[in-house]
Amino acid sequence: MPEQDSTDEDVARDEVGEQAEVGEQAEAPEPELVRWQLGKSHRKVDAMERMRGITRYTDDIKLPGLLHCKILRSPHPHANILSVDVSRALAMPGVHAVLTGADLPVPYGVIPWTPDETALACGKVCYVGDGVAAVAAIDEDTAIAACEAIEVEYEPLPAYYDPEEALAGAHKINPYAKRGNLSKDVVLEFGDVEASLDGADIVVEGEYYFEGTTHGAIEPHCAVAHVEPNGLLTVWSATQVSHYLHRELAKVLGRPAHTIRVIQPPLGGAFGGKSEPFDLEFCVALLAIRTGRPVKCLYTREEVFYSHRGRHPMRMRYKTGFRQDGTITGVSARTFIDGGAYSSFGLVTTYYSGQLLCAPYAFPAYRFHSTRAYTNKPACGPKRGHGSVQPRFAIEVQLDKAAVELGLDPIELRRRNDIGPEGVTVNEFKIGSNGFLECLSRVEAASDWGRRATLPYGRGLGIAGSTYISGTNYPIYPNEMPQAAVQVCLDRSGRARVFSGANDIGQGSNTMLAVIVAQELGLELDDVRVLSADSDLCPVDLGAYSSRITLMVGGACLDAAQKLRRKVRAAVAKRWELPARRVTLIDRKAMDLEDPSRSVSIVEAFQWAEADHGLLGEVGNYNTPKDRHGSYRGGTIGASPAYSFTAHVAEVEVDPDTGVVEVKHIWVAHDCGTALSQRIVEGQMEGSAYMGFGEALMERHDVDPGHNGVHIGPSLLDYRMPTFLDTPELHALIVEAPDAQGPYGAKEAGEGPLHPSIPAIANAIYDAVGIRLDSLPFAPPRVLTAIEDRLVLEHAGELPTFKVGRGRPELASKRAAGEVA
Amino acid sequence: MAEALLSLRINGESVHAAAPAHWTLLEVLRYRLDLIGSKQGCDKGDCGACTVQVDGEPVLACLTLACAAAGREVRTVEGLGWAPEARDGCHPLQDAFDRWDAAQCGFCTPGILMSAEALLRKAGRVVTREEVREALAGNLCRCTGYTKIIDAVVDASAMLVGPREQA
Ligand code: FES
Ligand code: FES
Repeated sequence: MPEQDSTDEDVARDEVGEQAEVGEQAEAPEPELVRWQLGKSHRKVDAMERMRGITRYTDDIKLPGLLHCKILRSPHPHANILSVDVSRALAMPGVHAVLTGADLPVPYGVIPWTPDETALACGKVCYVGDGVAAVAAIDEDTAIAACEAIEVEYEPLPAYYDPEEALAGAHKINPYAKRGNLSKDVVLEFGDVEASLDGADIVVEGEYYFEGTTHGAIEPHCAVAHVEPNGLLTVWSATQVSHYLHRELAKVLGRPAHTIRVIQPPLGGAFGGKSEPFDLEFCVALLAIRTGRPVKCLYTREEVFYSHRGRHPMRMRYKTGFRQDGTITGVSARTFIDGGAYSSFGLVTTYYSGQLLCAPYAFPAYRFHSTRAYTNKPACGPKRGHGSVQPRFAIEVQLDKAAVELGLDPIELRRRNDIGPEGVTVNEFKIGSNGFLECLSRVEAASDWGRRATLPYGRGLGIAGSTYISGTNYPIYPNEMPQAAVQVCLDRSGRARVFSGANDIGQGSNTMLAVIVAQELGLELDDVRVLSADSDLCPVDLGAYSSRITLMVGGACLDAAQKLRRKVRAAVAKRWELPARRVTLIDRKAMDLEDPSRSVSIVEAFQWAEADHGLLGEVGNYNTPKDRHGSYRGGTIGASPAYSFTAHVAEVEVDPDTGVVEVKHIWVAHDCGTALSQRIVEGQMEGSAYMGFGEALMERHDVDPGHNGVHIGPSLLDYRMPTFLDTPELHALIVEAPDAQGPYGAKEAGEGPLHPSIPAIANAIYDAVGIRLDSLPFAPPRVLTAIEDRLVLEHAGELPTFKVGRGRPELASKRAAGEVA
Repeated sequence: MAEALLSLRINGESVHAAAPAHWTLLEVLRYRLDLIGSKQGCDKGDCGACTVQVDGEPVLACLTLACAAAGREVRTVEGLGWAPEARDGCHPLQDAFDRWDAAQCGFCTPGILMSAEALLRKAGRVVTREEVREALAGNLCRCTGYTKIIDAVVDASAMLVGPREQA
């Protein structure tokens, strides 16, 4: 290609240092980055059509001849299946096919080491809601009637609802489990923990219980499948991990992956609840194959609650040693994790429950022992802040108790334990940038923390901090390929196309990619088309989990965009006979930096570059560093390229007569590295704080052992999610400590900001009325009982009067007096 | 299954559809008329994602039998862009939501827009954050923490009133 050669020569002639412009090496440094798109507020690339009712989510897909699938579910928490008779269902008019466990017997699991579930139950059911059979029929009503006509004979087995009981129990719940009802056991010790506690001035001991909560995305799970006569199977699914779904579909259906196309349509929220394959995807796929017609399955809201995969209940015993000055000497944790019927991500959860807690505070010594057990409940899995939200609650309340005992300000105590930037945690994770101290200062100032000393009885302020990962250095299945890849193309009309496998789940990842491309190529976001999460058209991405997308997919996108930017600048430089370093792309123009009056439209610049190089397309990759983790077994799990940091202050008002806690404000300061798009980052911080607030005060995901393991309230009315009226004023304070690993320094913002909300509220409740609530949620009966217990002790002289003289309410004191008398 | 022939007024136009007699307005809109903007989040009146307007009032389409809407004026999110106050197919509320990034996944948004439009139309002035909270209390959003939605609705109410009345 002579064209190509002459380009190289021309550029080389311009300036020796500019050879890199058209080669594969790094570009000569540009003058300072002009943040002409970065950090602004952007209209999202895909919001307007969602708001106009044009976007098709999965349930909005229309195909000719669509059949509807319904899944028959177990009414028993634990039972052998003696027989399944589908003959009556099959004979019903309008029924096209029925599946049972025997049709899909291959076990799968999102973690390749723990394949312990099948699409439909094979031989036994392990929780109320386990799928037993699936019907494809002409409409939903017929499918429901057909499910009712299926006869299943069960032999009930004893059910376990408590992890410690399950571990001791005689009956094995999950047939694929290797060791009774033990799902995973992790013990790791760093330094001499016993000595660190013995040598401490005080040791705070506490037992904490985090009850389960669920994701509550407003869009229920839905999947549609369709097969072409040539055998190409297309599955549309409301999933956040298309690639793992693709792999598991290939495995369970026994088809090569290239004969399956997985498309994630625009998604109506996920929060971790759509991070693994579910029964409906396998069922619609096989039903479509069997019937030759498209098949859809839409979960009812009740099914969403039963399929769950939400926050694991954890019982956590913590010992934390402190010196008089508030510095931590050591931490010891013993945690029992209630896993439900399947592993899901449980292997990782068990590690995360200990591994992700070693910042933002430096611990010289640390031991954790976490045990996950199977129980006869809906399986637990990853929910926003996977594995670490529960222990973060324990750790941050421990710190608050220590601050009270030592007479220290709890913010000051946290400052004294700050691990700082560029450090190494006790479990050998390398921390890069760290804006935690600034987070503390920002919430301290914004909340006017100084007034805490004079707030009356019933009002309080609480602080908590946290850290979280921006993706993990090692993928779920071991491989040496890059962790993220993106393809970007430019065309002669002045437009960019981005192809990415990443799942936009509402967090705005499509817009994030557009911001990066627009920044690099001088475009407006309207000029960038993002096509994502279609396995036929886009490069593989591992999915929207562990807060990996901005850092990893953003990094890959930046790589591709910069390659294109070099080509475009070189083409302009060649025509202007300038060194390429003088050319920048901004505002839909290519411009001479030293003579801004000289510019050319970006359309023409792209055409020059296409003339020089042919069609403009580049791929970009991001791979994780492989030297930032622990050198021990399990030391890679939870190690991340970069860590975000957060601090919250919550302000509460507690009514001592009713036990009602009202959270007035939450100030959230979050170090996201660099905010690529301001309001999107703020939205992630606000949404996180909101979600933690709901978990703290009102949400309960549990089953009722007294009623054979049915869910205590599988509806959006009974499962109380905060409404507009419940939610406090949320104040998002962006902190930027750019990290060398992230694109422009960006780290995550979608999960970290949830963590401190729960302990900040718990600590604020203590500050208001002097009670410690070590079990969630902080519902009125629990709060009221604790207040009354304290008043009784105060009256008996066993505790000092809390906030004496600061507006103690008459009624509560009188009631306490009455109870004593 | 016995189908009924329905004659409805939707977004100012007369439409006809055959659907099972027990179907809700939401089912008819979504699965017969392909007006997919109204979403189904629970199908039992708990989430507000299906909110449409009937005779100008916000109504849960999942709890309204389609036949009960006959002879009444139904308005869905698809019709917002055709309102006289809309510009380029975009209602001021939609524009404000877009500027504030008030829609994350956007699944709750059509319902919230329909509740918010009723609030602003009746108020006819700049609304307070408290009024927005109360008017939207029946609409759940799991993504945003509501903050930016409230910002956007208040902002839109100011846009609708116009600079003259604001002053
Ligand atoms: S779908 Fe109508 S209220 Fe939820
Ligand atoms: S934007 Fe996702 S539920 Fe509201």
